[in-house]
Amino acid sequence: MKRVEAVIKPFKLEDVKDALSEIGIDGMTVSEVKGYGRQKGHSELYRGAEYVVDFLPKIKMEMIVNDDMVDQVTSTIVEAARTGKIGDGKIFVSEVEKIIRIRTGETDNEAI
Amino acid sequence: MKRFFLALLALPSLVFAEDTLNSGDTAWMLVATAFVMLMTPAGLALFYGGLTRSKNVLNTIGMSLGAYAVGTLVWVLVGYSIAFGDGDFIGTGKVLLSGITSDTLSGTIPELLFVAFQGTFAAIAVAIASGSMIERVKFSTYIVFAALWIVAVYAPITHWAWGGGETLNFGEMDFAGGTVVHLNAGVAGFVVAIILGRRKDYGKVAIKPFSPVLVSLGAALLWFGWFGFNAGSQLAADGVAASAFLVTNVAASLGVIGWIMLEWLVYKKATIVGGASGAVAGLVAITPASGSAGVEGAIIIGLVGGALGFYGVAKLKTMFKVDDSLDAFWIHGLVGIWGSIATAIFIADYAMADDYNMASQLVSQFSAIGLTIVYSGIVTAIVYFIASAITGGGRVDEESESRGLDETVHGEKAINL
Repeated sequence: MKRVEAVIKPFKLEDVKDALSEIGIDGMTVSEVKGYGRQKGHSELYRGAEYVVDFLPKIKMEMIVNDDMVDQVTSTIVEAARTGKIGDGKIFVSEVEKIIRIRTGETDNEAI
Repeated sequence: MKRFFLALLALPSLVFAEDTLNSGDTAWMLVATAFVMLMTPAGLALFYGGLTRSKNVLNTIGMSLGAYAVGTLVWVLVGYSIAFGDGDFIGTGKVLLSGITSDTLSGTIPELLFVAFQGTFAAIAVAIASGSMIERVKFSTYIVFAALWIVAVYAPITHWAWGGGETLNFGEMDFAGGTVVHLNAGVAGFVVAIILGRRKDYGKVAIKPFSPVLVSLGAALLWFGWFGFNAGSQLAADGVAASAFLVTNVAASLGVIGWIMLEWLVYKKATIVGGASGAVAGLVAITPASGSAGVEGAIIIGLVGGALGFYGVAKLKTMFKVDDSLDAFWIHGLVGIWGSIATAIFIADYAMADDYNMASQLVSQFSAIGLTIVYSGIVTAIVYFIASAITGGGRVDEESESRGLDETVHGEKAINL
């Protein structure tokens, strides 16, 4: 079992979600986050005073998938979230030790 | 205003000829007074409230509201007497409006109406000055300051310009208060900003306006009220009032254009905060000239006013390093000086005297500018120190400043999400 975390541009959320549900991913957790990387921030101007805003709004989506799905999921996200411009985001894949569904007590693969 | 004093000073016999109530003039002045009232607790309150940070919005609005309330009280108690009573250096004899009844006339309108109209000017002057002090001055100090300032600074300067003072009246043309209200308030704010010192965050972290939306709405309400301010200063419903109304509108529009154009040239952005500020700068610039400039003059006065306002806050301000929080000095003081100078230069045919001498008029304008800067600068400082002493220090403590005055001083928040 793997956790796939993707930080993407907010306006790409719907595209990525639709693409993932087409390949059978029907659950995820989404949060609104702020951050910056190579894209840096943008500037705002008030009465001639220019302010650089470092942190840009991003969407972080997390989902847990079976090991054999990981490559398909990551390539789907890359395809759907890519604009080709700086600031498209990153994907992180990590190992998950245990999963428990609270309602039924099912564990691991049955609980995905 | 001008017609009133021409009548008083140059043609005393006409005072008696005009000494009957004109219901058209009275009706207009009742409305104009209400227009000017709107400028302070609505226009300026939102303009300034939108420009300040979200933690100080109510405090900033409270300065305008408080200035209006206290200003009105002080005005009817003693301010009007000092400004418009008899006397050379200061007026006397009308404390508590003594001797004025509903039958007493001032020109063609009831004097009580003139009292109310002029009171709205006193209140907005001290409210404008609050823009330089906000985010760190104590509310109590400011309220005491507002009361003392109207008595010691605003009323005497008004007396010299409009109230019959002779020795210190240099023959300046100031139709609606370019020097009396705007330069005076700008200088006062600047002086207090210097004494208070800079905000802790000034120049260190981004200080962003709470709401450019409120700034726009506030500027629009100021613009609306300014028709009463300028066209009302004719104290009559006549052709000069109509001309003042039109040139006010033209100069405000050109102020928007002047500010935004220069901003676009420098930063490649036309901001809405800039457009709203430009409107106010254009209005400030036309104020002293509104009873004498024509449309061509208003176009230039407003355009330069807007551009100069931008240049002041974007460039000159950074050279002085004084934390004039909301730029009261640059938009009202600097642009007020431009308006006063321009008043002597751009005169419409209807207002041009046959023997008009621009050079000597410019000397008069500069004399009044100099007097206002010196007197307002010195006496404002004295008044501030008294207000500060009465209220136990004029500046809030460091923790209140960083948490915001809305919460720490007023126990409220501008927005509860």
